[in-house]
Amino acid sequence: MAKSNGTFVSVLVGARDWVDARFPLMKIWNEHLAKYYAPKNFNFWYFFGAFALLVLGIQVVTGIWLTMNYKPSAEEAFASVEYIMRDVEWGWLIRYMHSTGASAFFIVIYLHMFRALLYGSYKKPRELLWLSGMALYLLLMGEAFFGYLLPWGQMSYWGAQVIISLFGALPIIGEDLSLWIRGDFVVSDVTLNRFFALHVIAFPLLILGLVGFHILALHEVGSNNPDGIDIKKNKNADGIPVDGIPFHPYYTVKDLMGAVVFLIFFFAVVFFTPEMKIPGTQGLFLESANFIQANPLQTPEHIAPVWYFTPFYAILRAVPSQLGGVIAMGLAVNLFLLLPWLDRSPVRSFRYRGRNYRIALALFVISFIVLGWLGLQVVTPVYTWMSRFFTVIYFLFFLLMPFYTALDKDKTVPDRVTN
Amino acid sequence: MENKTLNQSRRRFLTTAATVVGGFGAAAATVPFVSNMSPSAKTKAIGAPVEVDISKLEPGGRLIEKWQGKPIWILRRTNEMLQDISSLNDKLSDPQSDNSAQPDYAKNEFRALKEEFLVVIGICTHLGCSPSFVLKEDGESISSDWMGGFFCPCHGSRFDLAGRVFKGVPAPNNLVIPPYKFISDTRLLIGEDTEEVDG
Repeated sequence: MAKSNGTFVSVLVGARDWVDARFPLMKIWNEHLAKYYAPKNFNFWYFFGAFALLVLGIQVVTGIWLTMNYKPSAEEAFASVEYIMRDVEWGWLIRYMHSTGASAFFIVIYLHMFRALLYGSYKKPRELLWLSGMALYLLLMGEAFFGYLLPWGQMSYWGAQVIISLFGALPIIGEDLSLWIRGDFVVSDVTLNRFFALHVIAFPLLILGLVGFHILALHEVGSNNPDGIDIKKNKNADGIPVDGIPFHPYYTVKDLMGAVVFLIFFFAVVFFTPEMKIPGTQGLFLESANFIQANPLQTPEHIAPVWYFTPFYAILRAVPSQLGGVIAMGLAVNLFLLLPWLDRSPVRSFRYRGRNYRIALALFVISFIVLGWLGLQVVTPVYTWMSRFFTVIYFLFFLLMPFYTALDKDKTVPDRVTN
Repeated sequence: MENKTLNQSRRRFLTTAATVVGGFGAAAATVPFVSNMSPSAKTKAIGAPVEVDISKLEPGGRLIEKWQGKPIWILRRTNEMLQDISSLNDKLSDPQSDNSAQPDYAKNEFRALKEEFLVVIGICTHLGCSPSFVLKEDGESISSDWMGGFFCPCHGSRFDLAGRVFKGVPAPNNLVIPPYKFISDTRLLIGEDTEEVDG
């Protein structure tokens, strides 16, 4: 028994060596897993990068299966989604995994970004890591936007109409640009067909490529950690960081356990509340108006984007000028790109930062959440003024950052990571 | 690999020439890909005028038709509605329609050929939603002095019964009036306004 087992292992090792002589298999394995030393003090917030990869995998696989039955034409799209839901074997599961996956992706990405704000992970030398992550976030927004048109429901249609009109508000080129995006004078079959192409081919390829870039950039500079300490400064005789542990097996096992817990929550949503119809909403993950086929003559009474866009939507509505609103919305999304240069504090982690940054970050998170809630509500004068108030706070977080971080009374950062 | 045999200037020339020619080629190659996404000949061809029967439209009622894929509203205004329209000028951002899009024959107080009938593209000039038609008596939630008009559910823009935009809302201009003409007292042609040569 033992002997045959030994033979089996030696065959595997032989196969591995055969590949390794022809492809840098063990080199990649070691550089990115077995000898990639990550700080030993990762906490809860460090799950979300791995979760993002997991959700990306779910979206790719369920997406491929959905295209097997979906028809990208204005005549057939809505009916083909109903067909997937009712008549295709397990179609409901695959479709609900994909729709839940879209929202899960944004939950994970927002928490992943929040982690960077907590621990200063965007700071030198991780600027490119941050920029590539922001580019991924923007691509993800595009991917979600294109995908949302495909069911050809009322929200699909009017959401696309509004977002494309945002480009129409730009001076001089606006009209032609929105015409070019739609490929028609209104959102139509032409628009649906090209959004399908962008959603299933162009953007997934870009996202996969950029994820590779993001991980390579991470492994080049090394992971940050909750103390914001550079573990590479303190290495032992073998050149291994004293506060580092190999990613495999330590964090692969930890992330696998995390993935199990994540998937329990994920499938709880898929099975029990795929629309996420929380009282007071029209359905956060799948909006009820989207169960009605697109009607170009009638905007639904209550229209709101899916939850992950609502903070920016509230900012758009807060500005009483067309072009001003569009610019404010564009800035609100893109100001994140400047964080590495707006932040003047030498300290990364909020643990060792002074009061200023902690208060600013707390206010920012509150304004982001309140704006997100406001973006779901029907416009009233009170809500409009609330939106304006929190829009100002949102922008002050970025615009005043060079001042309050420079003036902050930071604490002394320890030499070694804490537990 | 000796420097003697290496002709640096020839290498530089070849690299520069290949980069310039290749660069122009790559730039030229973007033209078909970008143009490909513009409206096709077939898309441009759709947009023929639409004939509408308005004989059954009651005073105070509204018809919705489709022209070039866009909703066209035909509102038959009562005398009371017309009086209300006249009283609103100082609450509007462009009461004379100077900065708004309409054919010349509709650039008047009621923005219409015949003041009884409003013909307008039902697309908000802000971000393209289709506003709701809200009567005077149903408008309490919009404002206390609502005189009837159109309310955009997307971003709260408001328009009067001549499609003129109110102050302090995100929409920049009045609703757009399409070209149209009356073929008879009860028939409208939307999308065309020049007199046809009758054969």
